[in-house]
Amino acid sequence: MQKALKKYFPIFALPTLIAFVIAFVVPFFMGIYLSLCKFRTVTNAEFIGLGNYAKAFANKDFLNALLFTVKFTVVSVITINVLAFLLALLLTKGIKGTNIFRTVFFMPNLIGGIVLGYIWQLIINGILLKVVGQDIYYNPSYGFWGLIILMNWQQIGYMMIIYVAGIQNVPPELIEAAKIDGATTWQTLKSVIVPMVMSSFTICMFLTLTNSFKLFDQNLALTAGLPARKTAMLALDIYNTFYGRTGWEGVGQAKAVVFFVIVAVISLTQLVITRSKEVEN
Amino acid sequence: MKKKLVSTLLSAAMVSTMLMGCGGEASTEESNTDTQETTDEAADEAETEDAEAGEDTTASSEGGKVYYLNFKPEVASDWEALAASYTEQTGVDVKVVTAASGTYEQTLKSEVAKTDAPTLFQINGPIGYQSWKDYCLDLSGTDFYSWLTDKSLAITDGDGVYGIPYVVEGYGIIYNDKIMRDYFALADKAVDISSAAEIKNFDTLKAVVEDMQAKKDQLGIEGVFASTSFKAGEDWRWQTHLANLPIYYEFKDKAVSDAQEIELTYGDNYKNIFDLYINNSCTDKAQLGTKSVEDSMAEFALGKVAMVQNGNWGWGQISGTDGNVVAAEDVKFLPIYTGVEGEEGQGLCVGTENYMCVNSQASEADQQATIDFVEWVFNSDEGKAFATEKLGIVPFSTFTDDEKPSDPLGLEVSRYMEDSALTSVSWNFTAFPSQTFKDELGYALLDYCNGTADWDSVTTAFVDGWKLEKEASAE
Repeated sequence: MQKALKKYFPIFALPTLIAFVIAFVVPFFMGIYLSLCKFRTVTNAEFIGLGNYAKAFANKDFLNALLFTVKFTVVSVITINVLAFLLALLLTKGIKGTNIFRTVFFMPNLIGGIVLGYIWQLIINGILLKVVGQDIYYNPSYGFWGLIILMNWQQIGYMMIIYVAGIQNVPPELIEAAKIDGATTWQTLKSVIVPMVMSSFTICMFLTLTNSFKLFDQNLALTAGLPARKTAMLALDIYNTFYGRTGWEGVGQAKAVVFFVIVAVISLTQLVITRSKEVEN
Repeated sequence: MKKKLVSTLLSAAMVSTMLMGCGGEASTEESNTDTQETTDEAADEAETEDAEAGEDTTASSEGGKVYYLNFKPEVASDWEALAASYTEQTGVDVKVVTAASGTYEQTLKSEVAKTDAPTLFQINGPIGYQSWKDYCLDLSGTDFYSWLTDKSLAITDGDGVYGIPYVVEGYGIIYNDKIMRDYFALADKAVDISSAAEIKNFDTLKAVVEDMQAKKDQLGIEGVFASTSFKAGEDWRWQTHLANLPIYYEFKDKAVSDAQEIELTYGDNYKNIFDLYINNSCTDKAQLGTKSVEDSMAEFALGKVAMVQNGNWGWGQISGTDGNVVAAEDVKFLPIYTGVEGEEGQGLCVGTENYMCVNSQASEADQQATIDFVEWVFNSDEGKAFATEKLGIVPFSTFTDDEKPSDPLGLEVSRYMEDSALTSVSWNFTAFPSQTFKDELGYALLDYCNGTADWDSVTTAFVDGWKLEKEASAE
């Protein structure tokens, strides 16, 4: 069995490998090259060096988008994880109808970002117009909190499932032992459950962090950056740069490369930090 | 320990896939799923009739094929039917692909990079030409160009002709004459004219509009003007079409067709008309951000408002609205008056943003086949029937008078164009620096409507934005 697996491994891996190279590796390196070029289409690029990067950093839209993205990421990572963890705790207590609740909470995750964006835009506008007589484009903070609500609604269910799996894997004898030692519920949670589900934290933090940073569909559908690009996140800004001006394709590409480096650094740092807190089972 | 190593590797692989996913998307733009593709049935016989080839063109279309990247989704199926019919008659393979609404540039960018690139595509004017000039073939020797009734409409560079307009459009203020007649029949109206046709300048327009707004309950309307739509991507009527007027007059004074910097000498006129729109509308100023063009056309079609600024392409939207109460004979155009001296002689804004270009990097046989196809479209009975019905006002001498469009707005545009007492306003917005410029202007206008910024910021976005964007695009 083992031998046969070894023998056929390359054959089975090859199609995926080829697809991966064509769809990811090649465009990635092409992208880095293009960020150093002035180009109209990807086939008629002319090398110009680092000029695109200079323009990208001098562009105030890019820095505004970065700031907005960071703010959004901080808030959404905290709210999503805290709420998802609380829900998970609640739904592992054996309440009646647990399975139904889990399904219900998971469902928003199955709807695409663009659709969600438009639906939430209708809901939020409906409320805002009634209550304050303005729409979501009136004030950037409406857009900000709209995005937070939307992302929480969409992602909590998914993260909750991961936490539920983690919590269910905590050996019952550990909790029992803690109880016998006289630990309160809070102490059990803090000193037994949380350390035991640290690996779930790693995954959820990673997912929420990268998802928030790379957010595009929801941002485009909910506010499209209005008012005045004040709610545009990095991915949307890159897209706008690419198509907003003649001759700025290279700048958009340079922004994309910078974006890649930022996301990679942040998510790898986060992985290393939360990993080090995990305990071996 | 081994388990840990494996999981670290796995997560590393996950990071790279996710990130490369987005890196790739931004760089190649290959994954455009929005295009509808129609490849015609195999028709690749080598015998191709060269019937339509112009005598002044030397190359042969033998074995050539045509690939047209269509801009207008609303006529996609008509182009496809036309292409199929051409293939049947001549054996030349014609492929028509339509870019989804608002994605033409993106689609063109990715399609042109392919081996099987479009041989026929369109650009939106001088700015579009700047970005696609490496791909535009000189069409000066073609019959297609010689048929153009007004040669000044074409995009030229030196001696070459690189883009030929295939449809002319006009815009202005569309009004519902029934509501206007109701108003002029009122005993207590505040103006002394008796029909909308007598509105000849901004002062009269303003007096009529403001009085109508005050008497809106009597007239059974919710406001005079339809919503000034500012939803994302729906603000082109203001930041492009309306913004054309001050630029038109400024360029006219300076006798130029483009400029690196502008002064916005007619900025107050721009404000005049914009204020009139937003203050006499069926929608509160602070809520315009939720409105789309379709919303405002529907408001007009349902008789809730008397006027809406749009072009002759809007007839389809009006007549297609469920519960449309506007009769075809009541739909009329009024020029956009802004309070400029001598505007009594101003006509509609007439021009084009649709220029056909032939891909200069395609093979010679393909180029010739493409030119033959285009000439067939605008010179055969079948093609002309399609053009009159689906495209609108076509500026070619091959079309006779009874081959002009018959929809009410198209007729109105023709009427204004033929009135020798009036001068049409040209479309100078084709010289606007970039999409970013238009977007920023739109944002400033929305902030002004919302009351979060004053008119100065609109002026700044217009004047400074123009300069900045011209510089940015020139590099």
